[in-house]
Amino acid sequence: MRQVIGLIVLLVLVVFLVSGVLLIHPFGYPDASDMDDYIIENAQEETGSNNVVAAVLFDYRGLDTLGEATILFTAVTGVLLLLRTLKRKEESS
Amino acid sequence: MLSKIVRTVANQLILFILVFGLYVIAHGHITPGGGFQGGAVIVSGVVMLLVAFSSHELKKSLRERTLSIVESSGAIIFAVLAFAGIGTVFFYNFLVGTPIFGGVPDPGPGPGNIWTGGVIPLMNFAVGLKVIAGLSAVVLAIALFSSGEEVEE
Repeated sequence: MRQVIGLIVLLVLVVFLVSGVLLIHPFGYPDASDMDDYIIENAQEETGSNNVVAAVLFDYRGLDTLGEATILFTAVTGVLLLLRTLKRKEESS
Repeated sequence: MLSKIVRTVANQLILFILVFGLYVIAHGHITPGGGFQGGAVIVSGVVMLLVAFSSHELKKSLRERTLSIVESSGAIIFAVLAFAGIGTVFFYNFLVGTPIFGGVPDPGPGPGNIWTGGVIPLMNFAVGLKVIAGLSAVVLAIALFSSGEEVEE
């Protein structure tokens, strides 16, 4: 039973992945300058920010900045966790 | 702890470093810079204090618990601002056109106005809080660890 379910899930995944590969945009679409032209033309009106770089960072590509902030959070958590554990091990030994 | 000359100069300089860092954060939507860069400037001031004074002295005023609370609140403000525009799309700039930071500058090059940008200045502040608290906590923890001090819970 589990093997049948696994096979069905695998088939669905394969169909979706292969169709995704087949339906992907041709290489180089949209033209290299289309996106920059749009952002340079409309960023000031759409976001009200005079600094177009900030507009891209926090508005058009905000999800990317969220990931960056998550990386920072993870790094800080890791450093604090690591140093605290080392300290405790030194004390107990 | 370094000599008294170094400590006095660091005491005077930290004010200017803090003001410059806050300027870079607050003008992130007008001039080059933003939350990450301004936060790094302020943390460089913290590192200067750490070098001039000992980590033992700095531990009295910068508590690691407070720093982690500030960092988490910065992250939460950022995510809440991103979710606030979910009515249209994630990370939608819903404040443009409203009285709060809603100004729209003239197209093309210009000096800019501080009262523009929608959620971008608020997000810059949130990211600035996050970077200041996070990097300060890391620097302080490493300094305390290398000097053999107890890391404050």
